[in-house]
Amino acid sequence: MASLLNAARPPAFCPGCAHERSLHALDRAFETLALGPDEVAVVSDIGCSGLFDTFFAAHTFHGLHGRALTYAAGIKMAQPQLKVVVTMGDGGIGIGGAHLLAACRRNLDLTLLVLNNFNFGMTGGQCSCTTPPQAVVASGFLNALEQPIDICSVAAAAGAPFVGRASAYQPELARLLSEAIGYEGFAVVDIWGLCTGHYSRRNRLTPDEIERDMATLPTFTGLVARNQRSEYGARYRRVRDASAAGDGEEYEMAAIFPLPVKDRREIALLGAAGDRINSAGSLLAHAAILGGMQATQKNDYDITVMRGPSVSELILSPEPIGYTGVERPDLVVALAPEGVRRKAELFAKMAPTGRVLCEKGLVLPATAARLLEVDFKRHGFRRTERALAALVLLARGGDPITLAMLEGGLRRISRGEILDAGLDLIERAKAVPWPPRESQQ
Amino acid sequence: MGLLFIDGNQAVAMGAVHAGCRFFSAYPITPASGLLAAMLERLPAMGGIVLQGEDEIAAIGSCLGASMAGMKAMTATSGPGISLYSENISFAIGGEIPLVIVDVMRQGPSTGAATLGADGDVQFLRWGCSGGLPVIVLAPGDVRDCFTLTVHAFNLAERLRCPVFLASNKEIGMTRETVAFESIDKPSVSGRKHHQGGPFLPFGVKEGEEVPAFLPIGGPVPVRQTSSTHGADGFITTDPKQIQAGVDRLQRKIESHVADFMFHEFEKREGAGTLIVTYGVTARAAKVAGSMVLRDPGKPVSVLVLKTLWPVPEQLLLQAVEGVERVLMVEMNLGQYVHELRRVLGRERVHFLGKMDGRLISPGEIAKAVVHG
Repeated sequence: MASLLNAARPPAFCPGCAHERSLHALDRAFETLALGPDEVAVVSDIGCSGLFDTFFAAHTFHGLHGRALTYAAGIKMAQPQLKVVVTMGDGGIGIGGAHLLAACRRNLDLTLLVLNNFNFGMTGGQCSCTTPPQAVVASGFLNALEQPIDICSVAAAAGAPFVGRASAYQPELARLLSEAIGYEGFAVVDIWGLCTGHYSRRNRLTPDEIERDMATLPTFTGLVARNQRSEYGARYRRVRDASAAGDGEEYEMAAIFPLPVKDRREIALLGAAGDRINSAGSLLAHAAILGGMQATQKNDYDITVMRGPSVSELILSPEPIGYTGVERPDLVVALAPEGVRRKAELFAKMAPTGRVLCEKGLVLPATAARLLEVDFKRHGFRRTERALAALVLLARGGDPITLAMLEGGLRRISRGEILDAGLDLIERAKAVPWPPRESQQ
Repeated sequence: MGLLFIDGNQAVAMGAVHAGCRFFSAYPITPASGLLAAMLERLPAMGGIVLQGEDEIAAIGSCLGASMAGMKAMTATSGPGISLYSENISFAIGGEIPLVIVDVMRQGPSTGAATLGADGDVQFLRWGCSGGLPVIVLAPGDVRDCFTLTVHAFNLAERLRCPVFLASNKEIGMTRETVAFESIDKPSVSGRKHHQGGPFLPFGVKEGEEVPAFLPIGGPVPVRQTSSTHGADGFITTDPKQIQAGVDRLQRKIESHVADFMFHEFEKREGAGTLIVTYGVTARAAKVAGSMVLRDPGKPVSVLVLKTLWPVPEQLLLQAVEGVERVLMVEMNLGQYVHELRRVLGRERVHFLGKMDGRLISPGEIAKAVVHG
């Protein structure tokens, strides 16, 4: 195979820049692997390392600073047969550190060349995440306050299965790069070299000194034994193809029961996180749909998962539903003070014909609605059971759903042990004396 | 006729699959996380790819890579994630990379209120990119729109090679409602135009055309993609003529065709003195308000629901306002799209109703603003 370098665009690095050596080493690696221009994608980002894509006549993709690994991930997942080679500088590693860690963990078959020259060459020689503290750079004293990172140790610690460190002046660089590209998994090669435009004008640094400095760090020559595992893309496809189709697909429901009430009902279920308020709302909607109603359901809760209010607002109507807000509910189920506080303003707006089914002893805001108090605790219902039990009591009165609709809805949205427990709960709630003596505040 | 009981996020996922989307990547964020779940339920089973990015930047970045490798791609987030998408949105514009971006808006500013809705990003979506070139923003109001506009969003993204936003809202994305699937409008699906025969220039455009023909990274012909200002060959250029021609074309290809995708609903009533203009979930309240006010004889109002927000459908606005004394813009923010109405229709007759307290604007509030001004 021939060189993949772009004959029309010769390299344009500063005289003496180490990147040019790395460029030719990468091209020799492509030749060694006999790769054609359509078999390689060179993905780069910002900085002098971002010139690499220009100098190759292959598939190329040049993007934003430090983000090359993210583009490469999409390309590789979409075109698994491509050899995807990413070039980044030490600057890109700094700004895109999260992507490096993620790539090491993920082990998608990409090859990352870090063109490490200890400073931002393109923007004036500022310090990067690999600048030694004693170096003189364009960031004043700031680099003296920070410690440089060892890219290879970080990559190995994050799970990279192939990690190499090399000087751009080593004759065996091309062989290391061809091994990295040939490796099926994420491979990182940290290539140290001179930035003659900035760094080596202010700091004494030679290829020999680079070798000496490298020798003070752990040696990385390729395979990291403890990180060997199967490649992400191949594994993704294997697991995906072995998985059954999603079980959560949407389903259509037809009306199989007569319409229980002719009018629209606005309903608010008020509880606390963990009270299964949202599940009860969903069940109520499903039951209503089986009775030929349309439904909307929106939930309100805090960002805390197992604490705070949980509210489900529903509109059930034989007619299409426009506005989804519940402002003057016909029915409120109040099970916990958290939910009552969240929607306190609803109570004053309720009409005398409205109903509030509430846990006995719960303090409610003033309302004209009829109060139906239930001592769920005395009847042996746990907190997680009370929302469903409340629906059973409502269904026993046939408004806004019937018991048959409720059971139909339950069979629609649950199965196995959950269904059995739900059916059992329905039976227990049928035994509660109902309706209670109504009270008014 | 059977009914689905789904939320807007699920409907977007269904629309995306219908449109041929086979790559989805996102980072979890309320209220958009339901889309990640819905796509995970669907795409892998049909041979597609779902990635969870290490952050929002990675999520959109992998979409850009996959799109250039030939897949129809989508990502979804909320306001804080759009902030992190910004640099890659600019890239999608400049690199002409088809992508659908769903913003399930939540109350802001900043991390704001994760579980409360708002429409506070509509100017941000338009202007949240460096360079300020135009984008397309579609705004669904219900589950039905979520499906249909997602298909339109893919068709536009692919045809015009650009990012297209779906400006959803917690109150749409996470509100479930009944809908008959067969009653949903399902636009026919189109794809990007592929280059055929002859030498390939990745950003080359034939005489009289505005969108470059596409070839995928990974195909037999090498393809260049770059975020840098480039000529037709995909190499960096500093030639002012080429640069200006390039940005002019990017603007023209989006703005000059808005007449083809001015999605909207117009409830026009005879003798209406007031026109309510709105979008998103507020459209539902506005339509109810329109019929409430109608009961008050002598005060009919028309309601224009915009489903294409950007580019601004100026012709549509000018037509809708004919014969109307007063325009009332209603939106779930402190007054954003109202600036476009005032620019197109003049300051004097355009009034504003809005709030951003995490609550829906109710039909009663709108009717009051119509009657009492």
